[in-house]
Amino acid sequence: MRRVGWLLILSLLPLLFSAPTGQLPLAAQTATHGAVVGHSAANFSRPDLSHRKIELSSYRGKVVLLNFWATWCEPCLTEMPTFVEWQKQYGSGNFQVIGISMDDAAPEVIATVSRLKLNYPVLMGDEYLGAAYGGVLGLPVTFLIDRDGKIQARYQGASLARINSDIQNLLQSH
Amino acid sequence: MSFRNLRICFAASLIALCATYAVNLQAQQAPAQTNATIPPQAVLQPAELVQMLDSSAKPLVLQTGSHVLFAEAHIPGAEYAGPAGTPAGIDALRARVNGLNKDSLIVIYCGCCPWTRCPNIRPAYEQLRSLGFTNVKALYLAQNFGTDWVDKGYPVAKGR
Repeated sequence: MRRVGWLLILSLLPLLFSAPTGQLPLAAQTATHGAVVGHSAANFSRPDLSHRKIELSSYRGKVVLLNFWATWCEPCLTEMPTFVEWQKQYGSGNFQVIGISMDDAAPEVIATVSRLKLNYPVLMGDEYLGAAYGGVLGLPVTFLIDRDGKIQARYQGASLARINSDIQNLLQSH
Repeated sequence: MSFRNLRICFAASLIALCATYAVNLQAQQAPAQTNATIPPQAVLQPAELVQMLDSSAKPLVLQTGSHVLFAEAHIPGAEYAGPAGTPAGIDALRARVNGLNKDSLIVIYCGCCPWTRCPNIRPAYEQLRSLGFTNVKALYLAQNFGTDWVDKGYPVAKGR
């Protein structure tokens, strides 16, 4: 019977080595265009969907997660519930998520924000804001901005676990 | 080894093989879907399009995704044709190609999201094919327009 057990284990070994093919580790997919990391985040002052003025510089002293997204972007919608959780989890500890929609019109954005129960401000972006952040030419793109307003990371295709780890490091760094 | 043990081993191996096949099938499902709707011969690599743009016989290039992203950067000479993932975008695409010869070379691209998850490129391709266009090419942008076109140093224009 022991031999049978070994044979059973050996026969299951292929499962361990049958990782999805053709996929890079998520961290390796991080895009490099738009060399804004290490520079001050471009300030902006725009109304959010609730007509409240959102000025990035007013968040100095907080760690800011700036997420560019769109309603038609499936990967964006997949990760946004996690941002809601982070806002709940870290919000009282000087952390703020800000969403920038790159949609062409607001109505669909308003519906999506309501459906996903986003608990952070969302404002409409455009080509000028995208350019100010080194080019937002594919979504989602997320920036992590430190308490001094400096961009510490740009994520495109990075794992949420990595972003979470970076947020925690920044929150603990002061 | 008894016959009974042999049978157990055979069954276990069969289960393992099926599971392995299922895992790989799942991993390859997205590209397979892509190929199912856009055949490989209709997929155009960025470098091929650059060569075409340098030639005298330039194709009609249509961006069928986000207008904001188009305004930020697009292929020189390309026209914005609407997000083909929406009914309004499909209408805009139909209007743009109305009256063109069915054998016109039309290159469509989006690059809003990774190729396998793009909501626009496949509807645009299928729409043009259903309208009878026989020479439609879809530009392959694996990750997005920024990574696979702008970062490669290919020509870019800005504005709406």
